[in-house]
Amino acid sequence: MNPVDYLQILRLAAPETIVTVTMLAVLAVDLTVLRGRSLTMRFRFGAMLSVLGCAIAGIYAFGRQDHFDLLNGILLMDPQTDFVKVAILALSIFTILISTGGKFTDHVGEYLSLILLGTVGLMFLVSAGDLLMIFVSLELASLTLYILTAFNKRNVRSSEAALKYFLFGGTSAAFLLFGFSLLYGVAGSTNLNEIAHNLAGKSLDPLLLVALVMTIIGFGFKVAAVPFHLWAPDAYEGAPTPSAAFIGAGSKVASFFVLARILSIGFAGSPGSAVWHGYASGWMPVIAVISALSMVLGNLTAIVQSSVKRLLAYSAIAHAGYMLLGVLSNTIPGQNALMFYVITYGLTVIGAFGVVTVIEEATGGDALKNFAGLSRRAPLLALCLLVFLLSLGGIPPLAGFVGKFFLFSAAVGADETHLGLLWLVILAVAMSAVSFYYYLRVLKQAYVEDAPDGAPAIRVPVITLAALVVVLGCAPGLLTRYL
Amino acid sequence: MLAWTIYISFLGVLVLMLLPRDAARAARIVALTSAVLGCAVALIGSVEQARQTNLGDVTTIVQIPWISSIGATYFLAADGISLMLVVLTGLAAIAGILFSWNIEKRTKEFFAFYLALIGGVYGVFLSFDLLLLFMFYELTIIPKYFLIARWGSTRKEYGAMKLALYSFVGSHLVLIGLVAAWVVARAQTGVTTLNLLTLSHVAFPPAFQHWVFPLVFVGFAILAGMWPFHTWAPTGHVAAPTAGSMLLAGVVMKLGAYGCLRVAMVLFPEGMHEWQWAIATLAVIGIIYGAGVALVQRDFKFVIGYSSVSHMGFVLLGLATLNTIGLDGAVLQMFSHGIIAGLLFGVVGRMVYDRTHTRDFNELEHMNLGKRLPFAGVTFVIAGVASMGLPGFSGFVAEFQVLLGAWQAYPVAAIFCGVGIVLGVAYTLRALQKAFYSDLPPADHNGQDDHPLPPITVPERAGAVLLIGASLVIGLFPQLLMDWIEPCIKSPMFARLINGGAQ
Repeated sequence: MNPVDYLQILRLAAPETIVTVTMLAVLAVDLTVLRGRSLTMRFRFGAMLSVLGCAIAGIYAFGRQDHFDLLNGILLMDPQTDFVKVAILALSIFTILISTGGKFTDHVGEYLSLILLGTVGLMFLVSAGDLLMIFVSLELASLTLYILTAFNKRNVRSSEAALKYFLFGGTSAAFLLFGFSLLYGVAGSTNLNEIAHNLAGKSLDPLLLVALVMTIIGFGFKVAAVPFHLWAPDAYEGAPTPSAAFIGAGSKVASFFVLARILSIGFAGSPGSAVWHGYASGWMPVIAVISALSMVLGNLTAIVQSSVKRLLAYSAIAHAGYMLLGVLSNTIPGQNALMFYVITYGLTVIGAFGVVTVIEEATGGDALKNFAGLSRRAPLLALCLLVFLLSLGGIPPLAGFVGKFFLFSAAVGADETHLGLLWLVILAVAMSAVSFYYYLRVLKQAYVEDAPDGAPAIRVPVITLAALVVVLGCAPGLLTRYL
Repeated sequence: MLAWTIYISFLGVLVLMLLPRDAARAARIVALTSAVLGCAVALIGSVEQARQTNLGDVTTIVQIPWISSIGATYFLAADGISLMLVVLTGLAAIAGILFSWNIEKRTKEFFAFYLALIGGVYGVFLSFDLLLLFMFYELTIIPKYFLIARWGSTRKEYGAMKLALYSFVGSHLVLIGLVAAWVVARAQTGVTTLNLLTLSHVAFPPAFQHWVFPLVFVGFAILAGMWPFHTWAPTGHVAAPTAGSMLLAGVVMKLGAYGCLRVAMVLFPEGMHEWQWAIATLAVIGIIYGAGVALVQRDFKFVIGYSSVSHMGFVLLGLATLNTIGLDGAVLQMFSHGIIAGLLFGVVGRMVYDRTHTRDFNELEHMNLGKRLPFAGVTFVIAGVASMGLPGFSGFVAEFQVLLGAWQAYPVAAIFCGVGIVLGVAYTLRALQKAFYSDLPPADHNGQDDHPLPPITVPERAGAVLLIGASLVIGLFPQLLMDWIEPCIKSPMFARLINGGAQ
């Protein structure tokens, strides 16, 4: 183990440190200087400060080109992890920006600083190559998410959703910890590389299998995959909309990144196989089943939703199913496809929630009928909604389509000779045809229905995100070159 | 140069979006200008290419790297078949705009969706990269949906959703085949590419072709109105606004047929040979079924809707013959049907329905439209005889060649087609007689008949003349287009297909 001094640790963890300092600053400023000012003013100023901090951290992380493994996997650093951190920071910035108009809370400083704290947790998670570190940073992020969900104290559903989220989350954390402890017992190390090394050549014994399933349960909960998804619809619906966006975007990026790392590095010796007629036990069949269930259940349930936030929750479950395809392919293109998909999905979903926030503020609800005639009331906002939902539905030339193409081609390409995972891709394609129907239902309200009398005009566009979704769809190379 | 057809259309969309909300007149002019410019570019570019190069060769328009990790390039190119379809799109686009000059409701949005659809269609016909082609193909779905759901008539939301879902399911079948073909080609040749020209030289394993071909072919054929996947077509056509039906029947169904030919058949020739009989059978059923159902409709527009299914059956049958003359006929029929169906829908949807507000034969019979709207009557007579396949119009040359091809490949099919043609004459004459030249007295004297119908406007006349002219020119001088099509069918790209799957 290399001896390291504290200064070096500080240097390596500089982006995280910057965000932490920003968090404290936001809290302090809100409680001192901005005390007694109007809500809008406090939100604007706090958001400005937070965005500034995130941007500096992002630029710092983006600019460095180090490879480093601090204290044997406690803090892994390479250009890829740095880039994922930049993506998480960008998603946090957008989340903060869409929350600035919010009237759901008076505790602006606390709200913003919790988002920043969650971001710090996610950033450490991305760098973690050690089971302990993974667990601790995951919990840091999760705990802030529970509080963010409960933040609308005026709405009883918010508290209910948070309690549900917290109870499910606590249980799944216990599962995860149990899985990790078994894994440590079997492999004799908490470092992922050493685990893989110690397990190499061993057959898949029952204890390891239990550890594997427990770990997958823990992460299955984080990414809201079926059958661990039950919290998601309530949390998305009850939480303040920007919190839901944060749960759906930033937290997903980090969780998927680490899940892929644990499975492909830690469990490298026991992948098994999920190909048609070629089943072998290991983590792949488990992931394949979860993926298939998520796609089917998520998409079919989304059809009948009348609340757009719930619809987005079920669509998030379905998307988790698609993303698991990337984990399943277990190749470098598969990893890259996964990261491309998760990041662009994050951008899209924040945008969609941004539109929902505006609609909620203006009409007081997120039901389908609140979107009626949006193209007349707010042409630009309707256009943004069109871009986001079509991207989620996988229509070219938007980012969602390119992402899906990457994922599907990576999954099929993982086994070139037998096309073994084609069955799952066919299922995914079929289900994405289903998803097109419910996205179109929302757009039908916005573009086909007439606006009810007296509906307010709305003018708050979420253009940057929509533009990003279009640009990344037309020129995915802008993103893929960093992955 | 031809790439500008796409760019002009999307620029038109952009300009339309920037117009103020109620600028209906400006919106029409912008739309018409873009369509005319697009058509002019298409014509000039095509003639230029025809002069300078052999049309059997695929001439690159633009090729730049796009997504290197999966080998996708931004690759626009054209051979004779693409050129013909691009010109068809240009003509149909102008005619559609002329026939929707009277759209008053949210004019600018209507034309924005319209031009987006046109731009996507141009894109499909000019793409020689599979991913790019697929992108443009899917891009056409959304405008179609909104055009119908917002500006349509009779059960418009149902028709629009049905059309969108059918299209989406079809394109997803194609997507599966596309991903699989990409992976297999990479495993076999070691080259990561989506270039259609490169892939057309890859010999995919026969076992693979046998299952992937039907997937891709059916995926495209759904949009070409192949029986039994045609049911979106009549409902969609009827629900759509006039310009929407003109484009659906005129060019969107051609997208499907073009995809069948250019992607499914060229990439998987052995699969095509395996399934040739099945496609021919379905095509013949489509021809007879479409014509038979058209014969008993009460709704004027449903007659035309089902006639499209019947006529597109000829295209599919021509493709299934797999001989030069049959393929020639199929491709020419795409052009011919595009023009004639556009004209028929223009008469029914714009000239008749927008004035009488009914398409029910039982009511139209009493209106004596032949006298009150003579121009509409005459136009429908001309369009009708062109549709029946009277010599001198494009339909005759095309369907005759398909029949000749079918006679060589499947004589029985050719005989059944004869039945289809007779039925075609029957339903056209029936519609003509009932709608325009019935001598029944007015049903009631509540004053309905006393209102003079608004006269046929100049844009309508211009649109009708344009389409009739195109059909006549091709009918009298088929060599104009045959010179574009034949070299392509005889080019190396299709050689594998015609020579029984061997290299």
